[in-house]
Amino acid sequence: MLKIGVLGLQGAFREHKHSIESCGQEALIVKKKEQLDEVDGLIIPGGESTTMRRLIDRYDFFEALQEFGKSGKPIFGTCAGLILLASEINGQSHAHLGLMDMVVERNAFGRQRESFETKLEVKGVAEDFEAVFIRAPHIVNVKEDTEVLATYDGQIVAAQQGHYLAAAFHPELTDDHRLTQYFIELVKKSKLKLAAQ
Amino acid sequence: MSQIGTDRVKRGMAEMQKGGVIMDVVNAEQAKIAEEAGAVAVMALERVPADIRAAGGVARMADPTIVEEVMNAVSIPVMAKARIGHIVEARVLEAMGVDYIDESEVLTPADELYHINKRDYTVPFVCGCRNLGEAVRRIGEGASMLRTKGEPGTGNIVEAVRHMREVQKQIKEVTNMAEDELMVYAKENGASYEVLLEIRESGRLPVVNFAAGGIATPADAALMMQLGADGVFVGSGIFKSDNPERFARSIVEATTHYDDYKLIGELSKGLGTAMPGLEMSTLTDSDRMQDRSE
Repeated sequence: MLKIGVLGLQGAFREHKHSIESCGQEALIVKKKEQLDEVDGLIIPGGESTTMRRLIDRYDFFEALQEFGKSGKPIFGTCAGLILLASEINGQSHAHLGLMDMVVERNAFGRQRESFETKLEVKGVAEDFEAVFIRAPHIVNVKEDTEVLATYDGQIVAAQQGHYLAAAFHPELTDDHRLTQYFIELVKKSKLKLAAQ
Repeated sequence: MSQIGTDRVKRGMAEMQKGGVIMDVVNAEQAKIAEEAGAVAVMALERVPADIRAAGGVARMADPTIVEEVMNAVSIPVMAKARIGHIVEARVLEAMGVDYIDESEVLTPADELYHINKRDYTVPFVCGCRNLGEAVRRIGEGASMLRTKGEPGTGNIVEAVRHMREVQKQIKEVTNMAEDELMVYAKENGASYEVLLEIRESGRLPVVNFAAGGIATPADAALMMQLGADGVFVGSGIFKSDNPERFARSIVEATTHYDDYKLIGELSKGLGTAMPGLEMSTLTDSDRMQDRSE
């Protein structure tokens, strides 16, 4: 069995834990950076990206998270997690972890009253994925080695660059665990690859 | 085909706030201090509850200029309060693009019988509750988030503790009930049978439940988290304290690490004076905001 961590500083981490467990794997809520050593992959959940970043700094998580990603272990960022992964944020001089080469726009669809749910085609995952967008960001552009997995209204809303996965919506808020399962497959592959090295 | 204002979208918004602190602010400067300290949202108000209490008279929705000023100052979500049952104040706040409306007993109720039918709105609502009956009635009316009522503006945690304990105790009761006992429970508590059934199946409320009303220190915030709160509202506790920046930061940290006592001890060192507190027995019946409308 794999052990997947969920960064538990703030936000919808319990729902991700539930989703991982529904896929038959073990989940660990990561509140201290030492716990990163125990997990094979990590989900950075939705929440408030500004708040999460402050807590990341205060608990000295920043470098540990970057090292985790650079060691080849997969990271999946949803909504705020996607913003934390991006190398550039429109209108802000500083990005956060900068692990994925992409430019993102915060609150790209508007305020809460414009938040919505829809059925999305997510490449390699599902043709009718139930996607819940809450004050969601979108990806403005990606590098050549990044695969666009889903678009909505012409905007990129899910992408993958090697072992990094990002979604602007919230797979943890529905009973549709197919995207979580997709991430678990990614973690499986990386674990085999890292073990062979 | 996409849909706005669904239960999942409205309740989901509150899910994203979990483990966080929502702070009352009265201007852009305070909103920035709150955001900087790590608040997950701010509540834009004309006066914090302690000042509303002191001023007396009728408390209404804030001047839209203040709400707008706060919305322009921060990128985190902005909430605002409407009077209980005041359909138009709520519509005005929705039209302004406020992210969450608190149908709040801190303001003077506009309707002593009916709450707003919150299902009609695209914007989600948070409401206060003192027990499971109130919680379930508000969910029935379409609230997407709950909070304890506590006793706002007192800096005294005792009522918030009472309300959180009561709700948790009743959830346990319902969870252990046979299905045929549930209808009588629904009748006695004025609570929707369907929502109770859902609680019985899942063992928890279908929406998040924050603590509010009397939180003044990092230890207060951590206490409420330990009692099962999903997050914390701090009203007067921050900007009525000696050192708002430090109080704000420390309360955020204590909420995240509510079971790290050494850390809470560190956070509490030399913090300065908390907001002035009020003892419950000094309040008259008409001073008690929590008793407004159930």
